[in-house]
Amino acid sequence: MSALQIALLALVAFPFAAFLVSLLLPANAEKQLSALAGGSTALHLIGTLSFVAWWLSAGRPAIDVREAVLYKSEGYEFFLDLYFDGIGATFLCVGALLTFLISVYSRYYLHREQGYKRFFNTILLFYFGFCSTILSGNFETLFVGWEVLGISSFLLIAFYRDRYLPVKNAVKVFSVYRVADVGLVLVMWLSHHMWKANITFSSFSSDEYVHELVSHHSGVALAIAGLLILAAMAKSAMFPFSPWLPRAMEGPTPSSAIFYGSLSVHMGVFLLLRTMPFWDHLWQARVLIAGVGLVSASLAAPAARVQSSIKAQVAYASIAQIGLIFVEIALGLETLALVHFAGNAFLRTYQLLVSPSVVAYLIREQSYHFVPKEHTVEDSIPRRLEYTAYLFALKEWSLEPVMYRWFWNPLKRLGMGLEFMTAQRVALFVLPVLGLGGFLALNREYVPQGAAAWLPLAFAVFAFVMMLKAFTERMGVRRTWILIVVGHLWIALAVAFNERVHVDELVMYLSGVLVAGAIGFASILRLRELEGDVNMGRFNGFVARHPKLATVFLLCCLGLAGFPISPTFVGEDLLFTHLHDDQPLLAGIVSLAFIVDGLALVRMYARLYLGPLDGAPSGTAKRSA
Amino acid sequence: MSKVDSHMAASARPKNPSESSEAQSGEPLHGRHAAGSGPGGGAAAGFDEHEVLHHLAHFLPSQAPLKDFIHHNTLHAFQTERFHEGLAHATASLGFRTYLSFEEFRALHANGTIRDDVLGRVLADHLPAGEVDQWRQWMLGRDFGATRPPRLGQLRAHWKRDYRIDLDSQVHPLLFKIVNSYLDQGIAIWHFPIWNRGFLESIREIERGALTSLFNRPRARQLLLDEQTTLPQLLALLVGDSRYWEQYLFDQQFGHPGWSGMVAVLETQPAGLIDRRKVSLHDLVMLELLLELDALDRQFGSKWKPLSERAGVEPVDVMGQTPMEERDRALMFWQEAYEWSYYDQVLAGLAAQRPQDPAAGSAPFQVLMCIDDRCCSLRRYIESVVPGAATYGTPGFFGIDTYYKPAEGLHVTKVCPAPVTPRHLIREVKTGGRHTADVHFAKHSHGVFSGWFISQTVGFWAALRLILNVFRPTATSGTALAANHVGVDSELTVEHTGETENGLQVGYTVAEMAQRVQAVLTSIGLVRDFAPLVYVFAHGSSSINNPHYSAYDCGACSGRPGSLNSRAFCAMANHKAVRALLAERGFVIPERTVFVAGLHDTSRDEFHYYGIPALPQEHRTEHERNAHAFEVALDHNAKERSRRFENIDSSAAPEEIHELVRLRTVSLFEPRPELNHATNSLCIVGRRALTEHLFLDRRAFLNSYDWRVDPDGKFLLGILNAAAPVCGGINLEYYFSRVDNQVLGAGTKLPHNVMGLVGVANGMEGDLRPGLPSQMIEVHDPVRLLLVVEHQPHVVLATIRTNPATYEWFANEWVHLVVVDPVTRELQRFRNGEFVPWKPLKPDVPVARDLGRRIESELGNLPVMQLEGGAR
Repeated sequence: MSALQIALLALVAFPFAAFLVSLLLPANAEKQLSALAGGSTALHLIGTLSFVAWWLSAGRPAIDVREAVLYKSEGYEFFLDLYFDGIGATFLCVGALLTFLISVYSRYYLHREQGYKRFFNTILLFYFGFCSTILSGNFETLFVGWEVLGISSFLLIAFYRDRYLPVKNAVKVFSVYRVADVGLVLVMWLSHHMWKANITFSSFSSDEYVHELVSHHSGVALAIAGLLILAAMAKSAMFPFSPWLPRAMEGPTPSSAIFYGSLSVHMGVFLLLRTMPFWDHLWQARVLIAGVGLVSASLAAPAARVQSSIKAQVAYASIAQIGLIFVEIALGLETLALVHFAGNAFLRTYQLLVSPSVVAYLIREQSYHFVPKEHTVEDSIPRRLEYTAYLFALKEWSLEPVMYRWFWNPLKRLGMGLEFMTAQRVALFVLPVLGLGGFLALNREYVPQGAAAWLPLAFAVFAFVMMLKAFTERMGVRRTWILIVVGHLWIALAVAFNERVHVDELVMYLSGVLVAGAIGFASILRLRELEGDVNMGRFNGFVARHPKLATVFLLCCLGLAGFPISPTFVGEDLLFTHLHDDQPLLAGIVSLAFIVDGLALVRMYARLYLGPLDGAPSGTAKRSA
Repeated sequence: MSKVDSHMAASARPKNPSESSEAQSGEPLHGRHAAGSGPGGGAAAGFDEHEVLHHLAHFLPSQAPLKDFIHHNTLHAFQTERFHEGLAHATASLGFRTYLSFEEFRALHANGTIRDDVLGRVLADHLPAGEVDQWRQWMLGRDFGATRPPRLGQLRAHWKRDYRIDLDSQVHPLLFKIVNSYLDQGIAIWHFPIWNRGFLESIREIERGALTSLFNRPRARQLLLDEQTTLPQLLALLVGDSRYWEQYLFDQQFGHPGWSGMVAVLETQPAGLIDRRKVSLHDLVMLELLLELDALDRQFGSKWKPLSERAGVEPVDVMGQTPMEERDRALMFWQEAYEWSYYDQVLAGLAAQRPQDPAAGSAPFQVLMCIDDRCCSLRRYIESVVPGAATYGTPGFFGIDTYYKPAEGLHVTKVCPAPVTPRHLIREVKTGGRHTADVHFAKHSHGVFSGWFISQTVGFWAALRLILNVFRPTATSGTALAANHVGVDSELTVEHTGETENGLQVGYTVAEMAQRVQAVLTSIGLVRDFAPLVYVFAHGSSSINNPHYSAYDCGACSGRPGSLNSRAFCAMANHKAVRALLAERGFVIPERTVFVAGLHDTSRDEFHYYGIPALPQEHRTEHERNAHAFEVALDHNAKERSRRFENIDSSAAPEEIHELVRLRTVSLFEPRPELNHATNSLCIVGRRALTEHLFLDRRAFLNSYDWRVDPDGKFLLGILNAAAPVCGGINLEYYFSRVDNQVLGAGTKLPHNVMGLVGVANGMEGDLRPGLPSQMIEVHDPVRLLLVVEHQPHVVLATIRTNPATYEWFANEWVHLVVVDPVTRELQRFRNGEFVPWKPLKPDVPVARDLGRRIESELGNLPVMQLEGGAR
């Protein structure tokens, strides 16, 4: 391994180490915590700048580091891989500088705040996620970082976890991120099939190789491109996902500034730039990206113009610029897009940080310059249009309600329709069928002819239904948890019937599910012991009373949701390799089950442990506050 | 500082609205409502719309928009009741937390802050002898259980319970967005298309003209477009039986007290916005009801029963009276014990003083400052740095009741106490520009193409600015700089020359000037022995990234720095004709005496002076010497303040600490530029001699007053009329923001988002957060104000009885009142309408031997101490 490669590895490992150390510090140790965060990000910034200088002087070689094979079997290899080029360099420099500045800034800003430690833990975790995403060399590694970004975003939006709105919005944002996640999971699945191997981004650099592949598998290639674009749209708050961005501004101002003003929101941009050599060959992808960018820019700009809350205004203005960056990317203007990204990130971070000053500034301006407007209402045609456009912009093009009406509410209603699934009925049905399924999976000879073809699909549907029921459950906590665990078993069964699967692959997957499932169940029992009969009809806020139990439960949720690099995650990835590329329906349902699974778990964590606690010693804010 | 709220006017109304309104029920509304209503369209008997909305507005938070942040009693609506009864009432009705918790009180008792002997005296004062022991045990150990759920919110909870619909989450986001956009003072670039017609009418006009609708279903849209639609009609549709309407409206509007309160304030005080809007609580309620109706229609079609038909509960009078329970009484005893444990030290200290007048003519200079508690320690340092220097305290508008119009300004701003309606205007003429534009606040950065250009150019400049501000903070255009209020070299139109502007008299006549100068100087007892230099220091505060900046300025100047006032006062007092007129009246200011105006920047601890170049040479030399002494005093003051800042090492040299203190005021990342009025707890009206040897830990408002100049209390009335609502208002706002920071305070300011320049909210979809953020109140001890007057009890009693509004503060004990008899030196406490003798439990006062060390090492409140020799 060359020195540059080792250095690159260190750039990713270092933030993670800082994060781990930060977990060990006591909660009230403001000095140590801020010294750790400021010091480690400063070192990382210095390291980054030296590394980039070194790399420039070495003639800007593309660096690929193949590291840590996590799982290996016949025809499948799960490994982490790092990659560095001009795109990574730009993102790394901007990210390192901003994270360092925000760490120093927050040292004073967060002084005496409840959750000082949690804040810096999350910032460091976020930064690790950022570094591993932008320095990733294959989709698996990228996905690791991507998921870390998602969960740290969730935790930071819900930083004020004793209020209702931050928790609600955190769950909302997470659900949009989940769409992006599944886009990536499907990309991984399809690309396994296309390349018959876990590909690395460095292999993209061979133009002919990519071109040949793409022209051979044009349908799959298009699907991959489409899913990549979907993931990028969701993560960068493009149309129709835009409303999540302003709603994410619930945490302390510096965290909003760095996450949603600059780094997090440009991850879609990064994904597109990173995979550009791949979709570059597809004119449809270029048209789609440009179209998404144009539509987003032209819808976000008026929305920014009518916003009367300062942070939402900056958020929509940023979306409009990111829309333009999408267009630049579609046009192949990579350098321009990178410059635009950096400028936009800096500008919005600064604008958000100084946003509280807007009162002093604008009121002074108003008292010096304000002249009451003369109202002239003239002909009605332009006025009609003006009112119409204004209302649309004010309602943010009704994207929020539309998402609810056409996506979330039907899902919920579907789940509500499953009221007949009581605990006993589920048990009566599930246990024998699962048992039978398990038996048959191991003894294929008993499987009736013809059934083999539709059984995987049926099991996948069962999985989806269980997850859905878990997602909409309001009352029983234990029941919900069991539904989720059982849902995973169905998925395992579905895959097992689809193809010969190595037992150790299933073990890999199920060990993650069962271990997380068992510990999680035990923690639920413990919570019931402490708090009596808890239900999920509302946010309970128990983290204030049982912080340790909350952490254990969160880890179990992550384990069960296939958070990298839990066994469940590797297992999921493995299972997907057993779905064929001519089975989009099966893959679709399985991935939908995974989406809902993640949602159900995060919702469960939020409902049990976040939100206002009844009888909290420091009082409870109004729900609307 | 407090406005004398509408509660004064409203206090006459009966407590139970449903009783009073029965007689005058709105017949015309009723008739139309019966015709237009759907299910449950019973009679609107007992519902008087105007009355109910007025009642509602009375209880809503009454905080003005950010530019005029003015402290007031958060629970002003309960001030017609005795303090503890009002607090218990507020808890039972609206669910506010109004005291510290039992745990907190017991911890304070355990660490000795609440003294055991005081607790004993409080119990003995309030209880029959037989119950005292029982109660003492209860106080320390009994679990009084959780508070009962408030009456508020119970009716509307049935939407969720019985209809399985979360109305708030469907209605609030759009409702807040519309109100905010309508009121917006300049954040949005594309503002509300119609704004001159009244809130509902503007919305109606847009709805009529647009090709899309605010609503999802036609019914709500038609009801909006129909100008005949009335509030009772909508209530009948939604709620049904009119007996429930008032309760429903309380539930609904207190679901978002921030916006409702803002609308209610702007309805009565439209001048709170420079860009005026016609809003009313009525219009807000109408819109909310329509949005609710629409949400229900969308969910259930047009077939759903009004709330009262399914809820299956009887209506409740939300604001009805409840007797105090044992829990309330226990909290009351704790609170009293907490307060008197502290007051006891203060009163012992005051009782131990033997005030001596300084030798005539001995003062090298005299200083007038605001009564503000932040001036308390600075006066002590000035006196100790320059022995003999005399300092006085008076409300920081210095009697100048005027509007002010800055040189480049287009609008007038009020610079005197909020309840005063000035007839005068002072204009600033000729000054250098002071408003600089900043591209980062520029609106074109939010456009598509201009933004494209800006983000790639200015974006990188922003990175540089951020680096600089993190490592070398300096003032930028976003900083609210107190010194910018009035230019140093500008001229003011202090003297009237026959001109008027918009009905305001520009400047004051000589007689008016003389009257104001004499009144202020007499009220503080400065009527003879004038020094050659008399400084008049106004105050203001500089900060950055602080939407509440106007709360840091001078309350007596409506939340502005007082520099205009101090300059105008000095101009008047130096005016030859004024002096001549005063001399005619026997009020002689010697010719060699010059009044010098100044401004104390309280967050930076800096003095700014005005008109120095025009001073006679002799005075100028003297001034330079004084200014140097002031520098030393300010350094020490900064050092004393720094003991509350954990991030500053208070043992460093004063000049070094002062530099760090100044840095805080321009640092973007510093949420505590200063701690403002935190820890305020006293207001002392009397001679400086009464307090000059006491260490009061910056907790006292000090109003100079010499009873001998005012034997029959004429000036005392004016002082108390201001001091009770101003200091009491500040004190109670801190009190309630501290005990219920989540509901009555604004919560932590770190996530705050500026909404339309009128208020702050959390995130994008939150309700406005009135009250003070946690950073302002975290070190505050929630005790009521103790107002001490140095005068004879019978004069004070007669004085406070003159004004019912002022009397209410004392009679209902929202402010404690104690008199120091200047002749006998006895203390008398005002209780149940009379003065009764009061003796401190622990009469000895500790001597401040190690004050310097304690300032360097202690964060918490320090006890009242006797200063030895000087303060240093």
